[in-house]
Amino acid sequence: MSADSELPPRRLRRNLLTAVGGLLLGGCDALSRTEWFPGILKAGETLSRRVQHAVTARKSMAEEFTERDLSPTFRSNGTGNPNDAAYQALAQAGFSGWQLQVDGLVDQPMGFSLEQLRAMRSRVQITRHDCVEGWSAIGKWKGVPLADVLTLVRPSAAARFVVFHCADPMDSNGTKYYESIDMEDAFHPQTILAYELNDATLPIANGAPLRVRVERQLGYKMAKYIMRLQLVESFGALGRGRGGYWEDQGYEWYAGI
Amino acid sequence: MTDAESEAIPTPQTAGRGYLYHRHALVVRVTHWINVLALTMLLMSGLQIFNAHPSLSWGKSSYTNRAPVFETGAAITADGRTIGTTRIFDHTFDTTGVLGLSTDGGRQVAKGFPSWITIPSFQWLAMARHWHFFFAWLLVINGCVYLAFSFLSRHLAGDLLPTRLDWRSIGRSILDHIRFRHPTGAAAARYNVLQKLAYLAVIFILLPVMILTGWAMSPRLDTALPGWVDFIGGRQSARTLHFVVAWSLVLFVLIHVFEVLISGVWNNLRSMITGRYRIAPEPGPREPM
Repeated sequence: MSADSELPPRRLRRNLLTAVGGLLLGGCDALSRTEWFPGILKAGETLSRRVQHAVTARKSMAEEFTERDLSPTFRSNGTGNPNDAAYQALAQAGFSGWQLQVDGLVDQPMGFSLEQLRAMRSRVQITRHDCVEGWSAIGKWKGVPLADVLTLVRPSAAARFVVFHCADPMDSNGTKYYESIDMEDAFHPQTILAYELNDATLPIANGAPLRVRVERQLGYKMAKYIMRLQLVESFGALGRGRGGYWEDQGYEWYAGI
Repeated sequence: MTDAESEAIPTPQTAGRGYLYHRHALVVRVTHWINVLALTMLLMSGLQIFNAHPSLSWGKSSYTNRAPVFETGAAITADGRTIGTTRIFDHTFDTTGVLGLSTDGGRQVAKGFPSWITIPSFQWLAMARHWHFFFAWLLVINGCVYLAFSFLSRHLAGDLLPTRLDWRSIGRSILDHIRFRHPTGAAAARYNVLQKLAYLAVIFILLPVMILTGWAMSPRLDTALPGWVDFIGGRQSARTLHFVVAWSLVLFVLIHVFEVLISGVWNNLRSMITGRYRIAPEPGPREPM
């Protein structure tokens, strides 16, 4: 059977292809900008979260590596040095005047100095940091388990999320970085408030004086330059109500994928 | 196809005449077109995701003492021009206009893949992830429907598994493909052996590897069995494999579409839409010499 005679003329074919391609791309861009369509797409991520929670245990552990696997330098991403006068003053003094405030839905609001946190039980872990952009770096972290801090302040029964309020301004309006995780991740044994990276004091580029490690999720959940922990029942009243700075820009709150 | 296979065997009434027969079952047709949609969306949103970090490494992390195996970027030449570059292992190529540097909205932009092949067309990682994960689920659910149907209806055993005769004729099938010759008459009613092997490779190797390497990139799924990701070389190796296998699927699609075009495009398209495939009349018996 002659194949050529069945095909439309070459120019028509090319125009058809360009038109279909243009429609496809233009259509996808237009759909992305609607209110309703991304809502449908997000069903995929909701399904991922449900299935991932169903097939992994509440306390499933992230892989821990050896010193041989350490990245030569641990990449700093996002804010490298907060452009904030109050933070810079604290940094000048070696964070001696810094205090971690823990409040919200707790029986006993408390403040912790860096010395107090360092005096508590610590955990050391060599873990892989996966950025939403696609890169990974392996670092050695030392810090206090968030569970230990929470146990001291005694969360009330209504508390469902831990919100991290940070020092770094993210835009010209001075919007500060913030993040939130649920109680399951907050009490996970590998969730630590880290003050050391690769056996040295946590550098400013990586979040000094304190950053959180949430090893079963992507990097944007692991807030740097932490100033305050707030326990809440809902994060709807914070920022644009999506639970974090990047979530407010359209990223998913659940970053296990 | 199986249920209609008897129709495919020419009877004395149909032999030599050309006839229509029911080639593709409804489930096969519907899942085929859902695959077309899902794989297109997955490729294009995947390339947008790749653009957020246009670099591929081998190993457990991106920052080891080894250089990435694949990288696109923009560079400035000695005479001050900005060019797009692509590096594969130790070889760097000027890929201006396509990889590393391309035109978007009338101006030159430093980006991995150009806007005409990504969803969204402009840089928007969060949105690309929504597209990608939605269509990943669609592909997986669609694949499960197809597999269940194929096992139960014996589409797999009857139409896709090569027969002993197929294996013996593989050399001839390779030659036929190289010469762009296609079976006619009753032989056209069945998949040829290379076609069977290509479909089986996609269904049981390429797509499962895609899914597995996709899972390997999820920090939560990595905890299902700590260390399992190291069996495929580590998380960044998984990302590299995900990319390579994606392009292997593109290669499959290019060959597949090429074969469709040269073996009777409308007949093939009709059979994948309505199910009906036309067997061309066979030349009459030759006169004895």
